[in-house]
Amino acid sequence: MIYIAILIIMGVLLLATAIFAVTHRDLLFAVIATGIISLILSLFFYLLQAPDVALTEAAIGIALTTIIFVITIRNTTRDEDEIIDKKNEKL
Amino acid sequence: MTQIMEYIGMALILIGGIFLFLGALGIFRMPDVYTRLQAGTKASTLGAMSSILGVGFLHPDWFFKILIIVIFIGLANPLSSHALARSTYRAGVAPKLKSGVDYYKKAVKKQIKKLIS
Amino acid sequence: MNIIFTISFTLMAIGAILSLIRFVKGPRSGDRVVALDTMSIIITSALVLLAHVFDRYIYVDVALVYAVLGFVGVIVIARYIEGAL
Repeated sequence: MIYIAILIIMGVLLLATAIFAVTHRDLLFAVIATGIISLILSLFFYLLQAPDVALTEAAIGIALTTIIFVITIRNTTRDEDEIIDKKNEKL
Repeated sequence: MTQIMEYIGMALILIGGIFLFLGALGIFRMPDVYTRLQAGTKASTLGAMSSILGVGFLHPDWFFKILIIVIFIGLANPLSSHALARSTYRAGVAPKLKSGVDYYKKAVKKQIKKLIS
Repeated sequence: MNIIFTISFTLMAIGAILSLIRFVKGPRSGDRVVALDTMSIIITSALVLLAHVFDRYIYVDVALVYAVLGFVGVIVIARYIEGAL
């Protein structure tokens, strides 16, 4: 019983962080939220008795995704509204 | 003998849990980035090392891998915290609580002067 | 012996939720990265404790991967904030 309650609470936290990552306008904060989603999701897989999936999720989610997204933000722009303004100017 | 090891491990796990909670409470309550960094790093490092060593006392045949985890946490967590404090200062965030002395400002000015000349 | 584990897991869960609140509230990017770092440390030690609860040796490897790779993302974001990446 308490096992299912812990899983439900973790799922709610996961959904809240994912909504924060999608709706926020600053892209660097969305990248940090992706790291937190990877942390909670790895713990989720671990509690469901799948340590190999948790291992892969930990290795890819916290290191590789963060590095690639930060390099992408460095090469483009950090603020999301800026992209929309530039597109409107071009049109 | 195993009974004594078990008691030591349980005490270490309890101390680790309390220190991890205190570190997160410091992150929640402190007013500034630098004070948050200090509370988070010091208390979390002590809590994590103590708690993981407690599990190592409970299972003596796992001790080698657990020692590797403890060494990596002791190396990596102060490193990342130092990099974060340095980058926050260089990005121009001033400390909220005035403390009178600021030696790092002089050091940064000296570095910039050496780069220019 | 079991009640100590219950107290420790409860304190760790409260700590993770507090740092998650700091992540949502934090005004600048530095506060959010500090929250990510602390949450990573708390979840690493919780994984090792869960390996004792499930009594499997192979479960310690996940915590080992977190301890080795957990600080890479924080350092990359810190170099980006400094402007030297």
